[in-house]
Amino acid sequence: MSRYRVLVTLKPALLDSAGRAVRDALHSMGFENVEDVRVGKLIEISMKDGNESQIEEMCKKLLANPVVENYHIEAAN
Amino acid sequence: MRVAVLQSPGSNCDQDAYHALRDHLGFDAEYVWHRETSLEGYEGVVIPGGFTYGDYLRGGAIAALSPVIEEVKRFAVEGRPVIGICNGFQILTEAEILPGALVRNAGRRFLCKDANIKAVNRTSPWTAKCDCILSIPIAHNEGRYIAEEETIERLEGEGRVAFVYCTPEGEVNPEAAPSGSSHNIAGILNERGNVLGMMPHPERAISKLLGGSDGRIILEQLATAKV
Repeated sequence: MSRYRVLVTLKPALLDSAGRAVRDALHSMGFENVEDVRVGKLIEISMKDGNESQIEEMCKKLLANPVVENYHIEAAN
Repeated sequence: MRVAVLQSPGSNCDQDAYHALRDHLGFDAEYVWHRETSLEGYEGVVIPGGFTYGDYLRGGAIAALSPVIEEVKRFAVEGRPVIGICNGFQILTEAEILPGALVRNAGRRFLCKDANIKAVNRTSPWTAKCDCILSIPIAHNEGRYIAEEETIERLEGEGRVAFVYCTPEGEVNPEAAPSGSSHNIAGILNERGNVLGMMPHPERAISKLLGGSDGRIILEQLATAKV
């Protein structure tokens, strides 16, 4: 079984409203030194005889929208 | 009786709750913004439903940090009436005023329909008058109540399960729990019994003209739930 982790994040130039809300909530808790928060998605995939190029294809076609999101693939075995 | 209806960014049942309390039940309801630090002068609190902060992280997670929630914690400890409905229930669990959590519905669908519930234990002020099966609307995506088994045993043992989902005949079985809640739980109480969290919306069942009035019997207890 191959296992992969895919991290999907909004491109830095885009407003991450969830990240802003979490940042402000952390400030209200007293963590005033927090400068920025970005909220993304972690997708874990287990597959039989998988390879990274398949994951790459999944990312491009479904898991991320390359127009607005970056993705990062990690082998998680 | 002055009742605070809390408003946060993303509250969307605040006006329904205000209307139900003020125009139908005769409470002196007032909106209170989440940044307020005092609930002095109020005798009860309603935390209405909605999608506060877009449900970012988890439903209710960010609203639970609002300044006004510190006052809700004081109300909880002092035995004053507090009801959290839907997202308000999620806020109460995230603020650890009530135990457990509300997660994605078992059927993975947003549910918007009437649900039948009944009071399990009628010794609490919130449930004392609920002697029949109530039809109250639900409208949620994350309404499946879960908690560790020992927490649920404690809730049941202490008579703190306020409402369970049931069939129209009053039978409690897993099929009657629309969102798949553990032990059919629709609403729970804190230890003192003055804080009620529930997923169904009593403020939407306030007059026959709007489809039913079973919610009145619950909201009316704001007047009695001081313990």
